[in-house]
Amino acid sequence: MHDETSIAAEVKEFILQEFLPEEDPSELESATPLITAGILDSIATLKLVAFVEKRFGIAVEAHEASVEHLNTIADIARLVRAKLGNPA
Amino acid sequence: MIRGSPLHEVLTRSAAARPGHPAVEEADGSAISYADLAVLSDRVRDRLLVLGVCRGDRVGVWVRKSIDSVAAIFGVLKSGAAYVPVDPSAPAARNASIFADCDVRVVLVEERFEAALRAELEPVVPVMVVLRGSGGGCGLRTALDAFDVAAIAPRGNTVRTSDDDLAYILYTSGSTGKPKGVMLTHENATSFLDWCTETFAPRSEDRFSAHAPFHFDLSILDLFLPVVHGATIVLIGEELGRDPSSLARLIARSQLSIWYSAPSILRLMVQSGALAEHDHRRLRIVLFAGEVFPIVHLRALKRFWPHPVYFNLYGPTETNVCTFYRVPDAIPEERLDPYPIGKVCSHLHDLVIDELGQPVEGNGEGELCIGGPGVMRGYWNDAALTEARFITAGFARWYRTGDLVARDECGDYVYRGRRDRMVKKRGYRVELGEIESCLSRHPEAREVAVVALPDDEVGLLVKAHIGTEAGKRLSVVRLKQFCAQSLPAYMIPDHFHFHALLPKTSTGKTDYQALAKLG
Repeated sequence: MHDETSIAAEVKEFILQEFLPEEDPSELESATPLITAGILDSIATLKLVAFVEKRFGIAVEAHEASVEHLNTIADIARLVRAKLGNPA
Repeated sequence: MIRGSPLHEVLTRSAAARPGHPAVEEADGSAISYADLAVLSDRVRDRLLVLGVCRGDRVGVWVRKSIDSVAAIFGVLKSGAAYVPVDPSAPAARNASIFADCDVRVVLVEERFEAALRAELEPVVPVMVVLRGSGGGCGLRTALDAFDVAAIAPRGNTVRTSDDDLAYILYTSGSTGKPKGVMLTHENATSFLDWCTETFAPRSEDRFSAHAPFHFDLSILDLFLPVVHGATIVLIGEELGRDPSSLARLIARSQLSIWYSAPSILRLMVQSGALAEHDHRRLRIVLFAGEVFPIVHLRALKRFWPHPVYFNLYGPTETNVCTFYRVPDAIPEERLDPYPIGKVCSHLHDLVIDELGQPVEGNGEGELCIGGPGVMRGYWNDAALTEARFITAGFARWYRTGDLVARDECGDYVYRGRRDRMVKKRGYRVELGEIESCLSRHPEAREVAVVALPDDEVGLLVKAHIGTEAGKRLSVVRLKQFCAQSLPAYMIPDHFHFHALLPKTSTGKTDYQALAKLG
């Protein structure tokens, strides 16, 4: 079962590998702004959405692919967790 | 012809001719008729007059793209003032510096931005009209109602303006690190709109995309040309505007017939918008501007959309569109070069000069200069810069675009590059010097040089080279956050490279060519 912490860890790993290859992982925190600070541009955001959809088997609606839902790793983990439904 | 009348009069005319027709629609389906838009913008005018706005003043608008902001813009114009739109997603420090620079009398601002703006503007804070939110005109109506509780704004009259009055000031990236305010008059806009009417022959049943943000010069066509013809503006918000698959759905659902944007979003739609799944047959005109449209992507787009007429429009904010080129219906397979920027628009005049300011003979390369009623009055509060950008030749005043052009065998202008260090990224003007000036304030940056390189996937990559102690790597996450405090997101460099010393030319200046070769 994925909890927010494990989702956040996978998202962080993906962002570091894809977009921040030489970054010190400790600099990327769960509250670091991603879109508003230009870490994810629009193409990178699309790639990230494609990754979480595939990895977690969810569908992100167009209106959710926005700063409001994707600007930090914590936001993304929360969105994914909500889409997976509540653990029994 | 609307030249000779105030810009906002187009709304008064269409409200009388087509009162019930939808003037503006939002992506969620909310709409406002011409009659209601006229009334709502009258209310904005009346409130601004009570707040002391006079002819010639400036009024700031920091409101997301919405029926609210459209009504606000018309209201400002009716009050005799010029509107100053800012990027809703830009940092408060940047927007506050713009409002302070042009000394706005009133700011219309959404509540979520108000505190940060106020803090940046202290101690000289202009009057603020605060909208709880925006969408459907509700936020604006509620804000006006709240003022009316204390004292109802008496019904005023639309202030008489002349052709030479400022209608809006658009701030663009400035090379010194400070955005510069391009002052545009009613006549600048109306002469341009008359040319649009002559060239595109819009109809009252047309449905126009409004994709560009309002602080961007493409928005002048989006906002006013539909109103000239009593047609409908379909607003595309910032988030939706970046999402190719939602956009493709919206174009079909909203039955858009005229599209206008920078090429980059059209390219994204080709690549990931699933265009084949939608019915876009109502599209009859596709306009693009702001950057080069690589031919392979334009060809791909025309495969999905073979039916519309395509125009490549060119022009800096200082002139709005000044040359145009109609793309042929079939693009030959062997063509690799982008299409020309075309010939000068009928309301303007063109001149090509060499480095000494002398007219270039024949088809030789030189800097394109533009004269005529579409050309800006100048830069706000910067007479020196204004003077530097204009030349006088043959009794006329010409704006130097800074763009190098040459004519092809058909007499069309072909874009050859820039004289200075300005680039276009996703259609936005970016002065690399403004990014350098931001990064050079970073405590660990000893020297900074920013270069832009073409890139097959995204069009253009901006790379920052930073000299640090012993070439130490800095955190890119932290650097980007540092930039985001003073630059809009599209200006934040894509990549950072660190050096102990930046390469120098023989005269000791930063060697930009060597940096560009590093890739």
